[in-house]
This record gives sequence, structure tokens and C-alpha cells, in this order.
Amino acid sequence: MSALNPPAPNSTKNERGGSTPRFSRQRFWRNAIPYLFLSPFLAGYIAFMVYPLLYSFDLSLYRKQIIGGIRFVGLANYLNVFQDGNFWEGIRNVLVFGLIQIPVMLGLALIFALILDGGIVRIQTVFRLGYFLPFAVPSVVAALMWGYFYGQSFGPIAQIANALKLQPPVFLTPGGIIPAIANISTWQFTGYNMLIIYAALKSIPSELYEAARVDGANDWQIAWHIRIPLVWPAIVLTMIFSIIGTLQLFNEPNVLAVVAPTVVNLHFTPNVYLYNLAFRNAQFNYSAAMAFTLALVAGILASLVLLITRREVQ
Amino acid sequence: MRTQRQLPLSMKPGRSLRGAPTYLFMFLFLGYFLMPLIWLLISSTKTNAGLFSTFGFWFGSKLNLWQNLKDLFAYDDGHFALWMRNTAVYAVIASLGSSFISAMAGYAFAQFRFPGRNFLFGIVLGSIFVPATVFAVPLFLMMSKSGLSNSLLAVILPTLVNPFGVYLMRIYAEQAVPPDLLDAARVDGAGEFRIFVTIAFRLLMPGYVTVLLFAFVGAWNNYFLPLLLLSRSDLYLLTVGLAYWNSLASQPGVAQVLYILVVTGSVVAILPVMIVFLFLQQYWQGGLSLGSVKA
Repeated sequence: MSALNPPAPNSTKNERGGSTPRFSRQRFWRNAIPYLFLSPFLAGYIAFMVYPLLYSFDLSLYRKQIIGGIRFVGLANYLNVFQDGNFWEGIRNVLVFGLIQIPVMLGLALIFALILDGGIVRIQTVFRLGYFLPFAVPSVVAALMWGYFYGQSFGPIAQIANALKLQPPVFLTPGGIIPAIANISTWQFTGYNMLIIYAALKSIPSELYEAARVDGANDWQIAWHIRIPLVWPAIVLTMIFSIIGTLQLFNEPNVLAVVAPTVVNLHFTPNVYLYNLAFRNAQFNYSAAMAFTLALVAGILASLVLLITRREVQ
Repeated sequence: MRTQRQLPLSMKPGRSLRGAPTYLFMFLFLGYFLMPLIWLLISSTKTNAGLFSTFGFWFGSKLNLWQNLKDLFAYDDGHFALWMRNTAVYAVIASLGSSFISAMAGYAFAQFRFPGRNFLFGIVLGSIFVPATVFAVPLFLMMSKSGLSNSLLAVILPTLVNPFGVYLMRIYAEQAVPPDLLDAARVDGAGEFRIFVTIAFRLLMPGYVTVLLFAFVGAWNNYFLPLLLLSRSDLYLLTVGLAYWNSLASQPGVAQVLYILVVTGSVVAILPVMIVFLFLQQYWQGGLSLGSVKA
């Protein structure tokens, strides 16, 4: 505690202090400290993210041929991906899915968060936890469960229809499959997004509301002009994560393909297509190129969302 | 009279919406979110025949839950117990490890100035937005070449890297760890690693628990990577195993009795995560605001 203690060897802030050779070793260790803390993460990062990326990019530049073995083909695989109707059909499916599902889910999440934060309902904890509970369910189990729910054999919806002497509705049809999966995702993730927006709402200082009340603002004006703009960054974050998640849609279609194999085909989403190409047909080079193309699409979409939403704020 | 937190009801930003319609709306959706889970719970108490012959939202003539559980753990030489153990081992090691690694990295970004800091953090942030799909093929090939694809390490190792966890821990470390406190400890002659373990990590605890919980749930519910990386059925995780049984059950005439086992197994697979969430709710509910504050 004494002020006479030399702070130099330990303090990380005055890095420009004079260094004599005697201290250079100590200095080295002092400068190395943050890197030592980072090293486990960086080691894993290099081994399981950077290296796989490079490896995969290298793979994507080659092609395996029946005659002649493995050959360097440059960007030819990418050209093929761009011309692959199956891939773009999958992209179209997930885009249609996202255009329906993301606004519905985030709209509901925002409304729920506004209601809970607004102190309108009393038994808040019940709603908060009840809405969030589906997030704890593995998406495979969610898909299994809803698959049974939609199903004709022991699904409760068909049971009710039969009891009422009605034709039981068929959900897993070419036209119905996207809404059916959208419902599963909405069921799973609305509560999670609600909690993120709710947490952001909670951090708005209450003085703002008091000032707005003094100025005569009503609930709708407060929501529109204060609360939503202030939680907008949180909403944008949930939007971007939802888009990236949607592009990678796999678990639900892969599970539902078991009950509706003709509806969920082998290229229903880009990830389903990639899974079938890579792990059933061992087309690793082509799938690698496809994965990078998907990442490119994700990057473009995420940047677009950032551009559009930023403009709206200003 | 008025404190920061407790706003009088008349001032709360939703007073005009208080009333029956809002409650009706909220209860309707509560029903939507809970209904499938209630159906699953009720169904798990039935016999396989009862599953098909009785109404989904009411119990069958016979409570068969105990028998279902016995069948579940006995079927296929007790594979379900193996899947549960694998999932538990994977989720516990991967979440504890990845969160601790993230905490150290986040602490380094928050409390030290060093060359390359912004560059490294930029890379970490950028990688949050790279779809996991990109890693599927190379990880599969790496794991099969190194012979790891026949062990749980194949899924544990990649999961230890959690860039979003690093991002959250950095934000938390900036808020929760006062640099003066660290300097005081340094003046007292404490080593950097000891300072981290004995002082900083304790302050980081709430953030750590949040990151830990979400990493745990992410691992417990993971499907895509385990499906690719684990080839032997005794190494499956619960998600992969249940999906596999479901596909067997759906084949015409093969093993329809599996349906009740999939239903019962789903209940067993969900319960641990739900219990963890319910018991630790004050931690993660507080920690959730982390991501939104500075995003």
C-alpha cells in the first residue's frame, strides 16, 4: 500500500517508462500478460475457425474427377454454385421463410416486451418464463413435437377435426411446409427475443417517461417516440441474428423430412442441400464452395439490414 | 418519494392498456407457448396404443409413464442412457471450458491496452456473423483425418471457441471490474493470474454464469455438428439419437412402438435444461441485458 513501492514492474499503463537491459525481461513478461490471457481463446480460434476456413477455401478450388483424380479448377466450383438451380431454390425458400417469420416473431417479441415493461399486467414472471420456456427445448425436439402435432396419426389437431366430423387439415404440403416450420421457429425464439428487448427497455431511465408525461404525451406516443427508438439497437441485433439463423435453417426441415419426404426435398434449404451433397455424396469440394457462397449471401443481407436500419434511425 | 426504479403506476408507460383485453391477449399466447409442452407431458404417460387411440390433451386409461421410462432406458441395449451421458459430458465440459476461456479473453480485451487489440477484437466480432455452415465440411474432414471423429472430443473442441461469449465477457468486464482495484492488488505484489482468479473472476461471476448457461443450452440442444462429427450410434447425443429413433419409427411397419419412446425421451431430454433455467433465472435475466446495451 505504501506509495514508495515501485509500481513499474506491474503497472500496464506506463509502457513508455525507460527500460534498462536489466528490466527488459520483466518488461517482456509484462507486455505478454494480455496475450497470455488471450492465448487459450486464440489457440482454439486458430485451430477451429481460421484453419478450417483456409482449409475449406483451399478445398473449394479443387475438383475430384473420375479420371485424373483431384485437379485445381480455380473458381469453377463457385461458378457452378451460381448456376445451381437447387441452391438458389433453397435460398429462395429460406428468404420466403425469413420474410414471413422474422417480422412476425420480432413484432410479437416487441409487443410482449412493451406490455411486460409497461407494467400493464401483474403476473409478469409467469408470462416472462412461460414465453421463454420453448427456448430451452432443443430444436430437434421442437420439430419432432410439432411434427406429431401437425400429423394425421395422433396429432391433436386431426383428433379434434375427426371428432367434429371435419376433414383434418394437412399441414405438411408444398404450400404449407414453410408456414409450418415458421410456426415452430416462432414458437421457439419469440420469448428469447422478447427478453433481449425487455432487458433493453428496462435500462431506459424513468425520468424520460416523467418528462414525456409532463409534456402531455400518451402511451402510444411514448412507445413510438421514446421506447422503440431507444431499444432499436437491440432490435437490430435480434434481426441480424435471426437472418443468419434463418439462412442456416436445417434441424426442423431435416426432422420433418422424415414424415414428409416428398415435401422437404434434398435441397429444401441451402444447409439441407449441403448436408446431402457433402455427407451422402462426399462432394466436399463443391459443398465447400457452396458454404462460402452462403456466407457471402449472409454478409450481404446483414450489411443491407444495417444500412437500412441505420438510415431509419437518423 | 420517487425512486429511479419504482415508477408509480400512473407514470408507467402503458397505463391506458391495462385491462381485460391485454390479459386475454397475453394468456392466449401463454397457451400457445405452453400447449405443445403440456401435450408432450401428457402423451409421455400413455401406452403406444393409447397415444393413437386417446385424445392428446387428456390422459389415457392407464398411467404408463414408469413403464415407458423403463422401456426407454432398456431399448437397443440401453443406448438412451449412453446418449444422455454423452450429452451431459459434452454440455458440461464444453460450456464450462468455453465460458472460462471467453472470460479470460474478455478480461484481457477490457483491462489491458496492447498492440493488436482492436484488430483482434474486430476479428472476434466479425466471426460472430459467419454462418456455422462454413465450418461443417472442414471440421468433418479434420476430425476424420485426425481420428477424433470416434470420440466426444470431436464436438467438444470446436465448441470451446465462443466468440460471442468473448464479446459479452468484454462488455461485462468493462462494467464490473474497476481498474483501480487491480492496480491496488498489483501494488501489493500479486501476480496477474492470481489477480484474475481471486479478484476479477469473482466480480465477473454474474456475466460468467449467463454466458455459461447459454453455452450449456446451446451445447445440450446442438444437432448439426454432432450429426456430422459423431459417426457411431453409441456416441450420439440426445438430439441426434431421438431424431434417429423418430426416423426408424416412421418407416412403415418397422417399429411404431418407438413413437412413445421418442415422446418419453423428449421429455427426459428437455427437463435438465428447463430445471437449470428456472433455478438460475435471476442470473441469466440480469445478464441478458449485456448483449443489448452496447450492440
